[in-house]
Amino acid sequence: MTAATSQAQHRRAIGESRRFALRVGFYGMVALVALFFALPMAWLILAPFDQVPTLAAEVPEFTLSNFERVLNNRLALRSMVNSLLLVVGVVGLVIVTGAPTAYVLSRIRFRGREIFLYVLLLFSSVVTGTAAMVPLFLLVFNLGMIDTFTGVVLVLAGGTLPASIFILKDFTDNTPPSYEESARVFGASPIQILRDIVLPVIRPGLAVVSVWVGVNVWGNFLLPFILLRSPSRSPAAVLMYSFYTEGGQADLRLISAFSLLYTVPVLLMYLYVNRRYGFRFFGGLKG
Amino acid sequence: MADTVKTLQDRPRSLGSGGGTLSTRAAGGLLSPAAVLIVVFLVFPAAWTLYLGLTNYRLTGAAAANPQFVGIANYTRALSDSDFWNSLWVTLVFVFGSAIVGQAVLGFSLAWLFRDWKSRWRQMVELLVILAWIIPGSVVAFLWVAFLDGDSGTLNSLLGIDTEWLLRRPLLSIVVFNTWRGTAFSMLLFGAALASLPPSHLQTARLAGATGWQQLRDIVLPSIKGYILTNLLLISLWTFNDFTPFLITGGGPAGRTELLPIYIYKEALTFFELGYGSAISALMLIINLVIALGYLRSMRVRT
Repeated sequence: MTAATSQAQHRRAIGESRRFALRVGFYGMVALVALFFALPMAWLILAPFDQVPTLAAEVPEFTLSNFERVLNNRLALRSMVNSLLLVVGVVGLVIVTGAPTAYVLSRIRFRGREIFLYVLLLFSSVVTGTAAMVPLFLLVFNLGMIDTFTGVVLVLAGGTLPASIFILKDFTDNTPPSYEESARVFGASPIQILRDIVLPVIRPGLAVVSVWVGVNVWGNFLLPFILLRSPSRSPAAVLMYSFYTEGGQADLRLISAFSLLYTVPVLLMYLYVNRRYGFRFFGGLKG
Repeated sequence: MADTVKTLQDRPRSLGSGGGTLSTRAAGGLLSPAAVLIVVFLVFPAAWTLYLGLTNYRLTGAAAANPQFVGIANYTRALSDSDFWNSLWVTLVFVFGSAIVGQAVLGFSLAWLFRDWKSRWRQMVELLVILAWIIPGSVVAFLWVAFLDGDSGTLNSLLGIDTEWLLRRPLLSIVVFNTWRGTAFSMLLFGAALASLPPSHLQTARLAGATGWQQLRDIVLPSIKGYILTNLLLISLWTFNDFTPFLITGGGPAGRTELLPIYIYKEALTFFELGYGSAISALMLIINLVIALGYLRSMRVRT
């Protein structure tokens, strides 16, 4: 009998120590994962505030002078403005041309409409900037638009339109056509209906598409890299690359502060989306 | 009213008065700007790549003014070019190692580990994973150049060694980099998939005495098969088309990280072998198409 109880105790003890070992294993694993993701990023948080930043992430001797260095660098400032211009141009073009298209596609029924939409989406995921860089370069070259923002904006808009139309159509599908019909009875033109009735109703959709397109354009490297030439027209993504690849000692004080300033708008966008729609949603959008 | 198009009459709230809300002409006017952009900057380039790949087009020299039709010469040239085979192999290792093994396995493991974990720490760890994914590409590229630097990078400072990772282990470096960069998507997608499982399934299995591994193999994985396939196809497509490793290694040293996109960039836009570059691009487009069709199929299976 005593043998039986001690056996039961023994078993319980094994169960407890096993659970304890599992707990330790779990937290050990979580710590490893957290380290793996945090370590490469640490430099971005620490180096911009360090008086003498090196390539290693270290506790900084605090200073804000690195940011002053960015403000005094004409190319750096210019590149942020360039990135912003590209974002505004592409987002504007995508909204102005995509919203009417989404509206028409949800109001008009024709045979094979769904298939048509899927083929479009398929096309935009197959014909990426990377796979089509040669013809895109040649096209822009032959249009005489190398080294112009117009060329970059048109190419990026063409690439992001199908997915944007797809997202916007979800929103226009859910607005009741009865508003539009009563406006039409009072003699409103299609453009007026679109501007005064449809657009205000699908505003959340416009916000979603703007964030998605905007973040993509802000970070895009390849297309401005192959379509633009002058350093003064480089967006931040391309200038960042030339900072650390073009000859001489890399200016880490400039690079670190510039990296952080260039990243902050994306983080703000993320916080905004996260608060409004929850971050799972941002997950569905990226890519 | 000959020029009106049938509207969605079957919508319950539609008044269905006299023909519709849009005339064909108005609809055409509203559609055409987007249609032009998509045709010119998406559909046309794809078709043009297929054509250019059959010519000896160059940007300079005699072939620039008067490109000749050369048939499949570019393709046979690719097949006999060891650089092309090297690039294809590097790309396969990169996609398999970083997307399928790295991102999908790590992403699933995190989603599975975190499934019942309700704590602030979970949000913190998830935030770190997501940050790696949303920081602009050229910034993360430099972060990894710095992190892996031989003399003074963070990794070597911690380990107390001076291995030049990007020279000694370049392919492994970009595989680990891309795992770090893209795991967030898989983690979020698998997190959503696991959350959609009815908890009763797992409870029944647990009561029947199944171990964690058995639950995973016999219940969880089969019921999220559709998500797994979707995830694998999407991340393969993105990884296959990723240009960010160029920002870290430039394809080097000696072509050891020369992914297909980098190979195309070098051939077409630095040596201006546009015909040849187009032929390789056409191959890439076809591979993309196969992956995307697989993706559409997996969506249909799931719904």
